Amino acid sequence: MFSTVILASLIEPGIGLIFWTSITFVLLVVILGKFAWKPILNAIKTREEGIEKALASAESALNDMRELKSANDVILANARAERDTLLKEARETKDAIIAEAKHKASAESDRILTSAREQITNEKNAAIDELKKQVAVLSIEIAEKILKSELSNDEKQKTLVTNLMKDVNLN
Amino acid sequence: MFLLGNYLHLHPNSKSVRFFLQMTNKINTYRAKQAILAILFVFISVFGFSSEPVSPADSVHAVTTSEHHAEATAEGHQNADAPVDISKIAFEHILDSHSWHLWGEGHDAVSIPLPVILKTENGLVFFLSSAFHHDAHGTVVAKVSGQRFVNYEEGIYYASETPNEEGQYLSMSKNEKNENVLSNAAPLDFSLTKNATQLVLSGLILILLFTSVARAYKSHGVTSAPKGKQSFLEPLIVFVRDDLAKENIGPKGEKFTPYLLTVFFLILINNVFGLVPISANLTGNIAFTLVLSVCTLILTNINGNKHYWSHIFLPHAPKAIWPILIPIEIIGILTKPFALMIRLFANISAGHIIIISLVGLIFIFKSIYISPISVAFALFIDILEVLVAVLQAYIFTMLTSLFIGSAVADTNEDGAHNKDDDKLAEAHH
Repeated sequence: MFSTVILASLIEPGIGLIFWTSITFVLLVVILGKFAWKPILNAIKTREEGIEKALASAESALNDMRELKSANDVILANARAERDTLLKEARETKDAIIAEAKHKASAESDRILTSAREQITNEKNAAIDELKKQVAVLSIEIAEKILKSELSNDEKQKTLVTNLMKDVNLN
Repeated sequence: MFLLGNYLHLHPNSKSVRFFLQMTNKINTYRAKQAILAILFVFISVFGFSSEPVSPADSVHAVTTSEHHAEATAEGHQNADAPVDISKIAFEHILDSHSWHLWGEGHDAVSIPLPVILKTENGLVFFLSSAFHHDAHGTVVAKVSGQRFVNYEEGIYYASETPNEEGQYLSMSKNEKNENVLSNAAPLDFSLTKNATQLVLSGLILILLFTSVARAYKSHGVTSAPKGKQSFLEPLIVFVRDDLAKENIGPKGEKFTPYLLTVFFLILINNVFGLVPISANLTGNIAFTLVLSVCTLILTNINGNKHYWSHIFLPHAPKAIWPILIPIEIIGILTKPFALMIRLFANISAGHIIIISLVGLIFIFKSIYISPISVAFALFIDILEVLVAVLQAYIFTMLTSLFIGSAVADTNEDGAHNKDDDKLAEAHH
């Protein structure tokens, strides 16, 4: 059983409260805006930017590290490749040296062998010549000795002459 | 019909429809809550008033015919057998008053007197509300600087020369509907009422609270983690900035963030204060919500860009239906903040009425045994009201930011679908 006055004042905005609300609200917007929201929002923004920056720098540091790591990997790979190349080259050089040495050795041995053979042949020939000469000398000596022995006495000389004469006669 | 259908068909992506859908989603929770309140309210009405000799229908009738019952109960002299008018008590609780009532009834009441400021025909008049001696029925005349005033249902009127038969210095007259109407003239009332006082107090609290938080940032530096109230309020501030201002307004939201923060925290703190017994029901007062929604209205329209105004005055629809659409759009400018005003006012007031009605059950049944039910339900509603206090502050701020967002948005996408509209319109021709 509320009166119409109460009902009316429920839905009819009172001029006094409108007045005070307007003043208070506008003042509140201005004062809070200047002394509260501005510093608070700025502080929050600064912090957020700081966090963002920190995150970004961490990210970039991570990237740098990754790049560094990948650079290291590249260097390592290059070093490995170089080592392999060097080893390969060394092996090749070694092989080449050995091959050359072998080649040279065989050539030398061939030359030595050939010269040895030649020398041997020469020596052999020389020896044969010497032998022939010796044989000739010996033969002459023997012949001389034989002759000497054959013709040492007159008897024998007469026999020989006789024999020779016989031969001649026969001819 | 075809044209209208065409218009509606063309606009499922348009701003207003998207906005509506968004709003519907966001307000679903609020609807559910309203439904609960409505059910409870019906339950209480049935239980509450059926035991009384006066049914709700009668009470409406009573308003138009007689003030006798109201007087009998309002005097505070009622005996234990007299029916208690719960609806009157409930409305007295949610309405503004000229003194801050603490406890007690009638002449034994203890209350803090508040300044009464009246703009009369003879200039401004100041006096304390204690001059009325707790009277709100027009029976006590306050004589100030040669003028005489009475307080009738917390409205201040020039007192009549002589009291009527009920001792009221008021004169009633019948209007054309045969209703009793007060014929006393009233000065303009600029009093610092209970609501106005709480508003000023809450404003001071907000200033103290947030300037101290601002100082905390200065003293602790921005790089250190927030502490104390700073750590409680910062997430709320960031929420308003990111999820309300930036989300609904876009990159321009930063400019409106301080305003939205003020609205959010002013409503929130007063919603919460309103839950405390003996405090004022400021956010459930239509004058308060009116001012806030008018501010929203002004902010929306002074920031409206050419897209916003062209949407109202040059809608993307066949010219034939412009005479219907343009008035609708113009009314729409006003209905949005109007709904904002009613929503906050009605939600907060409704919650308070329900709690008082539940407590009133004890007096309606005149039985202590009903009190467990009253207390249980009142506790439930009170907890719900805590949610509503936060929710309504959020909804008011969210809708304000949404309205501003719709006014300042650079509608590139809108421009794109305008082309589609044109194409479709051509196709239909």
